Amino acid sequence: MEYLSLLLQNHYTLIIVSIGAALLGTVSGALGTYAVLRRQSLLGDAISHAALPGIAIAFMLTGTKTHLILIIGAAIAGWLGSLVILSIVRLTRIKYDSALALVLSTFFGFGLVLHTFIQRTGNANQAGLDKFLFGQAATMLKSDVLTIGILGGVALVLMLIFWKELKLLIFDEGFAASIGFPIRSLDFLLTSLLVIAIVIGLQAVGAVLMSAMLVAPAVAARQWTNRLSLMVIIAAAIGAFSGVIGTIISSVTTRIPTGPTIILCTTVIVGFSIVFAPNRGLLLNRIRQKKNRRIFKLATQKTVLGERIQ
Amino acid sequence: MDTKATKAIEVTDLTVAYQETPVLWDIDLDVPPGVLLAIVGPNGAGKTTLIKAILGLVRPAAGNVLIYNKPYAAQRRIVGYVPQRGTVDWDFPTNVLDVVMMGRYGALGWIRRPGTKERELAMLALQKVGMEDYKTRQISQLSSGQQQRVFLARALIQDATVYLMDEPFQGVDATTERAIVTLLQELRENGKTVVVVHHDLQTVTDYFDWVTLLNIRRIASGPVDDTFTSDNLRETYGGRIAFMKNR
Ligand SMILES: Nc1ncnc2c1ncn2[C@@H]1O[C@H](COP(=O)(O)OP(=O)(O)OP(=O)(O)O)[C@@H](O)[C@H]1O
Ligand SMILES: [Mg+2]
Repeated sequence: MEYLSLLLQNHYTLIIVSIGAALLGTVSGALGTYAVLRRQSLLGDAISHAALPGIAIAFMLTGTKTHLILIIGAAIAGWLGSLVILSIVRLTRIKYDSALALVLSTFFGFGLVLHTFIQRTGNANQAGLDKFLFGQAATMLKSDVLTIGILGGVALVLMLIFWKELKLLIFDEGFAASIGFPIRSLDFLLTSLLVIAIVIGLQAVGAVLMSAMLVAPAVAARQWTNRLSLMVIIAAAIGAFSGVIGTIISSVTTRIPTGPTIILCTTVIVGFSIVFAPNRGLLLNRIRQKKNRRIFKLATQKTVLGERIQ
Repeated sequence: MDTKATKAIEVTDLTVAYQETPVLWDIDLDVPPGVLLAIVGPNGAGKTTLIKAILGLVRPAAGNVLIYNKPYAAQRRIVGYVPQRGTVDWDFPTNVLDVVMMGRYGALGWIRRPGTKERELAMLALQKVGMEDYKTRQISQLSSGQQQRVFLARALIQDATVYLMDEPFQGVDATTERAIVTLLQELRENGKTVVVVHHDLQTVTDYFDWVTLLNIRRIASGPVDDTFTSDNLRETYGGRIAFMKNR
């Protein structure tokens, strides 16, 4: 009997964590599509690393580890980081990738310093901040899942509301500006949505791996479709699926952390998609090429024969 | 809109600089309504920049642009734009019809999605440019001439009064070029003003009735017959126009 209730308790945790991971995967998969199509895959990496000092400062200021408060700290810092990148690019001659690397390492370094400082001061409450580095999905609580659901839901709804504007922004910014859409504000909106998608996943997946959650599902989804709406849906589905599978795998084998397992699941799907997808996949392309070559060869042989007969 | 206005586009004292050196210097340009105007000049002359400055896409260091006597921001609805084909990612996951419908996004405004009406307008525009069979084609599977025609169709459904087109003939074959020219002339017959960045000096007199010669400064602007002279061309291109015979 005791065993049974223990099992149930374990399952309860597993279900909570699975739901959380599925929500995270959905949100980061859907919004990651925009980052990938905008060729801003690395921006996600910069934001997630830049968010780290925000978590430390939020903790130092409030002394609590409430998920929502740490998330808000992370969001402000991550958002500030992307703002600094954009300003550097706009105001100086430093190129985008250099600005990105600069901000990523500076913010991340600062975050590490703050974390070490917090640990040295021996605050009894400090334990657990380091999970934001590598992620610890298994410790997700019901309240955490709720936070993820609400924030992620808001981000997805905003994405749907401004669907046509964001699509035009990414496809043809100049044309969007010429017909009067405020590019800066739309850019701000898109960056903010990415920041939300990233910070809600930091606790579970960690700053180091979060950008993979964003980018990988979109890369895989692109292989299967030529439509933006389908790409968003497929990426979200891949994200959710990997989230659940990763959580289950890491829960049956106690030693494997959840975040990296989720990422590995996504990576497998990416690899499969790159090789086996019907139109863009390597394998079918190769087969098609071979088949075409054979057909053309046959056709030319036939005409040669035909000419001879005549 | 004042249709009796004498100037469809009025550019005064326009100077644009990306960095220290100006790429457009003190440009004055008046475009009367109902002309088909070619902007001609060597690479780097600032043709694209001029178009972008008229559209408010680059901020000028000095000067002023008016469309039918009002600033661009007030006249967006009556201006159509065809960007240079190479400025967008043609591997974007969308199809021809969808891109053409983007021409209605300005009229639709925020949040509202294109519907049946937009779809019908887009189909009409695709028929005009001879691309109706390609409506569901993924845009990465188009030739450059077809891409150009898709952009043209997108501009057509903007239903503008003034059109600004950046090299619409780039990479199109002779047949397509003729078809596009016919279309542009049709627009002019309907009272529209069409400004086209153009590279082929040989065809300027055939296709256009006005021409602006540009090389950082405005060298000359006016009716082709008075303006497209060998003196002006020499001033625009330096000594490098030997291939232009006895003009
Ligand atoms: N975004 C930019 N930043 C800095 N310099 C630029 C930028 N865009 C253009 N320039 C410079 O401004 C000048 C004019 O460029 P522009 O694109 O307007 O020329 P163009 O006449 O359209 O040339 P082309 O015939 O090659 O299209 C060029 O010297 C170019 O190097
Ligand atoms: Mg140009």
